[in-house]
Amino acid sequence: MKHIISILVEDKPGVLARISGLFSRRGYNIDSLAVGESETPPYSKMTVVVQGKEHVLEQITKQLHKLIDVYKVIDLTSTQTKFITRELVLIKICTNSGSRSEIMQIVHTFRGRIIDVSEKSMNVEIVGDDEKIEAIVKLFNKFGILEIVRSGKIAISRGSKTRR
Amino acid sequence: MTNKLSGAQILIECLKAENVTDIFGYPGGAVLEIYDAIYNSDINHYLVRHEQAAAHAADGYARSTGKVGVCIVTSGPGATNVVTGIATANIDSIPMIIISGQVGTTSIGKDAFQEADLTGITMPISKHNYLVKDIKILAKVIKEAFHIARSGRPGPVLIDLPKDVAMEKTEYKPITTIDIPTYKPTIKGNAKQVKAVISFIERSKRPVLFVGGGVVIADAHKELMSFVEKTSLPVIPTLMSLGVFPFDHPLCLRFSGMHGLAHANMAIFEADLIIAIGMRFDDRITGKITEFAKNAQVVHIDIDPAEIGKSIPVDLPVVGDAKAVLKDLNSLLKKNLPKKEQWLSRIQELKAKYPLAYEKNTKAIKPQAVVETIAELADEQAIIATDVGEHQMWAAQYLHHRRPRKFLSSGGMGTMGYGVPAAVGAQVANPDKQVITISGDGSFQMNLQELSTISFCKLPIKIIIFNNRFLGMVRQWQDLFYEKRYSEVDLEGKQPDFVKLADAYGILGLRIDNVDDLKPILKQGLDHAGPVLIDVRIEREENVYPMVPAGRVLNQMKYTDKDAE
Repeated sequence: MKHIISILVEDKPGVLARISGLFSRRGYNIDSLAVGESETPPYSKMTVVVQGKEHVLEQITKQLHKLIDVYKVIDLTSTQTKFITRELVLIKICTNSGSRSEIMQIVHTFRGRIIDVSEKSMNVEIVGDDEKIEAIVKLFNKFGILEIVRSGKIAISRGSKTRR
Repeated sequence: MTNKLSGAQILIECLKAENVTDIFGYPGGAVLEIYDAIYNSDINHYLVRHEQAAAHAADGYARSTGKVGVCIVTSGPGATNVVTGIATANIDSIPMIIISGQVGTTSIGKDAFQEADLTGITMPISKHNYLVKDIKILAKVIKEAFHIARSGRPGPVLIDLPKDVAMEKTEYKPITTIDIPTYKPTIKGNAKQVKAVISFIERSKRPVLFVGGGVVIADAHKELMSFVEKTSLPVIPTLMSLGVFPFDHPLCLRFSGMHGLAHANMAIFEADLIIAIGMRFDDRITGKITEFAKNAQVVHIDIDPAEIGKSIPVDLPVVGDAKAVLKDLNSLLKKNLPKKEQWLSRIQELKAKYPLAYEKNTKAIKPQAVVETIAELADEQAIIATDVGEHQMWAAQYLHHRRPRKFLSSGGMGTMGYGVPAAVGAQVANPDKQVITISGDGSFQMNLQELSTISFCKLPIKIIIFNNRFLGMVRQWQDLFYEKRYSEVDLEGKQPDFVKLADAYGILGLRIDNVDDLKPILKQGLDHAGPVLIDVRIEREENVYPMVPAGRVLNQMKYTDKDAE
């Protein structure tokens, strides 16, 4: 099962290496990892998507928590809290005068944005969850996708309660 | 005008503030500044002859005292040479500070001369590490590093100090407080869970108490003794805790696992409750993990939450320091629990049925007899360091193990070459105690350059080499599992003369190759005032028994060569 782990870390040199190193040396696979400043510097928030059974995830969270620079680890998937996930995807699609308007319609329907247009291609920005991204990629396939760049998933809990 | 100190001088001031009196090290280009500061300081520096030995010496210092061991090495190869020592200390949870020199901050990342990324290299094998690029945080980093090394589940912490930071000057303000918001080890066990431990014991019929290195680290042997007196639980120490509970106590099952005592393994196999304190269910202890203590409930008490549930499922977890939890348990036990007579008599039965045994009255010198003779002749307070291999297991099986911190051995890493430098550290820390290294002819040669340190620092260490002219433990596996195909383990005729070698270093060298000489020459060696090396020519192909072959269940032991498949 896929788990989404939210990690609050002190933003020190090497902290990303400590975390990614822990995943690799203990044999855990990372699906995606996103990191950025949190609301309280010097802390950063990392969102890691990882596959594994319940007891493996328990080990991952405990081992992460053991790292000196890690402040808090939450496996969002295994808590009762409802949460929202989002991912930003940038897609470069082959276009010609014939396909351009159809692509624009799809982008509009998916509430994406066109951020660059050239003679032979178009860059599209899409924000959403897995399902939405999968759906739009499927639709774009017939035009020819030149490149996809994904930010990795980030997540936040619903309601006013913070996960700190 | 304020008095400014260099980074190197600040380092020395900080070490003094942490009550460091002895350090082990080896100078080099990137630590010239530090060695210049050492030159004027009253800290005792012990010059080793290879950096690996500096780390093991700091480790032996720490294991024998509970204090933080400190070593200093230069950048690049100096620092990579301590990697084995750091890994050895890390897996056995030994508090240690490693100061490594680094190239100047402007050269970092440029593949400069003697540059190696030590924080990167040691990330997975240390408790924590620092690269100090700013002299203003140096004092704070050192304070934190010592705190992290010695608190919680202890471990080695490396401080990588670039040469220019060591040279730069700034005002030194001693740091007195520590606040690491991301690091708060749990000391006191959860009250409900601690209370539940007692009801688990009350409900059980066949309980055993497993005590590991955590009990030694927590200095909880007294609390352990009163807990056992109140509960009458049979006790099984691990290799890491030998001596924490006296071997000759009627409730002591000695140690278990691959080469543990058969009665201990059988008791675990039959147990319906395992209470584990400060141990981590290493594969050498559990045998086949899915079959380990299948019918037992497990109570696991450990300061490191990640150990609980890591290897085996746990019915009752208690996160906390061994001493704190044992104290709480003892105060909950107002009166002694009723003895489980039936189980205790079964334990006695197992003890009688499966004694340790070896062939006696032979012409050849049996290694077990050598250990027994050492146990008989050594001082009561002697500290015994071992290397790794068959001799280590015989030492674990046959020494008396009556006190904690007297048996120093590389448990988790199984580092050959540990014994001699660890004894150096132990002797420095305990100048008035007898320090003995039990080694093998293979292990000894992995750090024999330390004879120089021993000789010239006048450390009266007694090195006893169990010399079978084999890499014995590997030979044993080849004997039992590879049809005696002795691949690259036979050292007959491929060894130096150890007695002459000792002589070359100005150390008394003795040889025992006749069983009648065993006791008198061992006595002569142990009574000698200075350092001694004793080359004992033991039976060549003696195997260590009992043995649970790797991946087998604990009750599937081999007891003699005849049991070999």
